Amino acid sequence: MADQQLLLDARGLTKRFPGVLANDSVDLQLAPGEILGLLGENGAGKSTLVKMLFGIYKPDEGEIFMKGSKAEIDEPGDAIELGMGMVHQHFQLVGPLSVAENIVMGAEPKRGMFFDLTKGEEQVAELSQRFGLAVDPKAIVEDLPVGLQQRVEILKALYRGAEILILDEPTAVLTPQETDELLQVMRDLAATGVGIIFITHKLREILAVTDRVTVLRDGKWVGTESTEGATQESLAELMVGRSVVLRIDKDDASVGEPVLSVHDLRVRDDRGHELVRGASFEVRSGEILGVAGVEGNGQRELVEALTGIRPANQGKVTIGTQDVTKASPRTIAEIGVAHIPEDREKDGIVGVYSVADNMVLNQYFKAPFAKGGQRQFAAIAENAERLVEQYDVATPSIKTPGKSLSGGNKQKVIVARELSIENKLVIASQPTRGVDVGSIEFIHKQLVAERDRGAAVLLVSAELDEIFSLADRIIVMYEGEVVADMPAEDATREQLGLLMAGATD
Amino acid sequence: MIERLRASALLPFLAVILGLIVGALLILVAGKNPWVAYSAMVEGAFFGGNAFGRTLEKATPLIMGGLAVAVAFKAGLFNIGGQGQLLLGAAFAAWAGFTFDLPMIVHIPVALIVGGLVAALIGAIVGGLKAYRGTHEVITTIMLNFVLGNFTDWLASRDGPWNDPEGGALARTPLIADSAQIPRVGGLPTGFLVAVGLAVLCWWLIERSTFGFEIKTAGLNKNAATYAGIGVNKILILTMAISAFLAGVGGAIETQGVTNRFEPGFNTGLGFDGITIALLARTNPLAVVPAALLFGAMDAGSSLMQSQARIAPEIIAVIQAAILFFIAAPTVVQYITRARNVSSEDDGVRLSAGWGG
Ligand SMILES: Nc1ncnc2c1ncn2[C@@H]1O[C@H](COP(=O)(O)OP(=O)(O)OP(=O)(O)O)[C@@H](O)[C@H]1O
Ligand SMILES: [Mg+2]
Repeated sequence: MADQQLLLDARGLTKRFPGVLANDSVDLQLAPGEILGLLGENGAGKSTLVKMLFGIYKPDEGEIFMKGSKAEIDEPGDAIELGMGMVHQHFQLVGPLSVAENIVMGAEPKRGMFFDLTKGEEQVAELSQRFGLAVDPKAIVEDLPVGLQQRVEILKALYRGAEILILDEPTAVLTPQETDELLQVMRDLAATGVGIIFITHKLREILAVTDRVTVLRDGKWVGTESTEGATQESLAELMVGRSVVLRIDKDDASVGEPVLSVHDLRVRDDRGHELVRGASFEVRSGEILGVAGVEGNGQRELVEALTGIRPANQGKVTIGTQDVTKASPRTIAEIGVAHIPEDREKDGIVGVYSVADNMVLNQYFKAPFAKGGQRQFAAIAENAERLVEQYDVATPSIKTPGKSLSGGNKQKVIVARELSIENKLVIASQPTRGVDVGSIEFIHKQLVAERDRGAAVLLVSAELDEIFSLADRIIVMYEGEVVADMPAEDATREQLGLLMAGATD
Repeated sequence: MIERLRASALLPFLAVILGLIVGALLILVAGKNPWVAYSAMVEGAFFGGNAFGRTLEKATPLIMGGLAVAVAFKAGLFNIGGQGQLLLGAAFAAWAGFTFDLPMIVHIPVALIVGGLVAALIGAIVGGLKAYRGTHEVITTIMLNFVLGNFTDWLASRDGPWNDPEGGALARTPLIADSAQIPRVGGLPTGFLVAVGLAVLCWWLIERSTFGFEIKTAGLNKNAATYAGIGVNKILILTMAISAFLAGVGGAIETQGVTNRFEPGFNTGLGFDGITIALLARTNPLAVVPAALLFGAMDAGSSLMQSQARIAPEIIAVIQAAILFFIAAPTVVQYITRARNVSSEDDGVRLSAGWGG
């Protein structure tokens, strides 16, 4: 007999995809007012599990009970009806419409036949006050920062009366401040009785807000534990099945000649705002330069200009001895620059291409992958087999389309591709976003190995932990300017935090 | 492999069957016997006299129009302008045919290529507008259909520069030189072989060459293509030019292999049929050939159907439209046939793909 006290009681959920058992008889329970963490390596089946709960996938086996009675969930509409809300990693918002319009859409208040916008705005204002989720109902969604857009998604779910909120890696796209705010929002919502399922790879966040945590490994339920008393180490071990080095050891840097020199670089974004304002710095061979800063302070535009994707307005970029200020992405790549882009879905992967094709995106036109303009499939396959093995990419085969890999494994495909050739310069933007702890360790080791081989590494990261564990030298970007440049051993968290927030000393 | 082939051939196959059933129902409603009608159609398409030659002849411009749409589609472009491009190719091939005096072995390819290149130029302009101005290719190619239709009409008209002095009031160009005419071999049109050769070449280009990989990458994910160092704008222009080239050569083959001169209005609609063919072939260049043969056979068989079964040839247009409908609406097919795994998306073929911007 199902427990009436539980908001959600899923039993024996199983889901198969071609060549993968994504969920193998998984159980999950959620009580009112509880925050349940869902942990597991990339490809462990977390997203698959919550997608089954929300009716996006149909379980092959298993049953779902809600408040003691069996729930028939065939599509997301049913789940919403039953009081579930889900915030996807890719928001489902209509950019040009206002916050209020987005929230009430599909369940909008009417006057007569017509949509009553004023009433909608009032309702949204009331809702956001009740749950302490401040947002302006009249603001246009696409003008809002990511953190607020996410808030709109949450309000959308609450407007439809959600008692269960599913958040799939909500913090992967947030700045540290936004993350703290979201965690607070989650606590407040739980206090009103909402049950929350929270997926994240950041163990710190799990420890900070969850009551219990369910761990998946290779699609199997490994255990559900109370968070109290758990440590990052114990969780990591439960998840990976071995102990994980959370902080990497590295030798002292043996620094050589400058590889990348940036002088007074100015870059505009698509709307013509100058987002990089006179940045100057150098990265030398054999060192990792960490670029710290709150996201949106010009890091993205900086990297786009360095890789030739966005034109520079002014200033000079030199790689080795070559002036590449106006060079094309291909020219820059051919000089010996690897680039791990920050938005993997959009910029790094072609979804319908196989893993093998995705792994040669940077080299498809060169021997041994092409001869006389003809692609060489044997060499392409061999390359993919080797990289899948070496980088431990979880995929049924090298022919699997890139889009059906889990988020973290997509990232591994990109990292493998970019580091598969020896380059002079490695530009890595948020290289471990959405990647599990085991794989973070692996990617970090790879970046350090690149450095030790003599490459210059430019690491852009919003994670101070990442900067501190990898960088030899740190620069801080604030409002498009480099406001600090120091050896890593001289930097402290507090100091960086202040600099990132715009304090001048 | 077999599995994949089955899945991707299933939808077109079912669509054709359903289209023929719709046609049969209409013939029944008209009080005629569908069996008799379809038998006449098959006879008129394959047996007796020069039937098969006519089928091949009809299929040829359909292959070219289908290839034009299919290739553009790989770069995420929807070329609706096959009609105008085909007319342009037909007119300029005629010009090259009646103007130059060359040995046959040179004259035939020169006229084909002139027809193709003039069309390609138009395609490049469309691609350039898309790449640098964001002008949607569906809009520009539709508008160009009108422009090019009227332009080629004028070229051959009595006031036009290429009017046939011996044609009296007729709007047509002079006959092309014998050396520009594509010969028939054993009653079968050689132009068909040219089209099949180009289909194989397109397949190689798309599926095997690095350039085709660039086209597909640009079509599937513009950002990832840029990050991979592919010049997306260049790809858009080149692909649209190739697409228009193919349509233009289709028109040239009509001129050099069938009509031997350019006569406006001789092939209305051929360019539009290319869209149906490409979709029926699920934008696979090799599959374009059988798809075009099917439609060509229907067209070729329609006259015998009319004379033997007394059924208006328009019924063929209805059947073809019904096939297009079923291709475009896989869910309808799925519902009617209860077939599983009928999906229109596994090759990245989406009817709406051209509208993404
Ligand atoms: N639509 C799909 N088609 C085929 N396979 C899929 C599909 N979705 C997921 N998979 C596979 O199922 C497994 C579980 O994937 P899932 O996305 O649930 O992992 P995850 O735990 O969310 O990982 P991550 O932390 O990387 O997001 C993976 O091996 C993945 O490749
Ligand atoms: Mg996931």
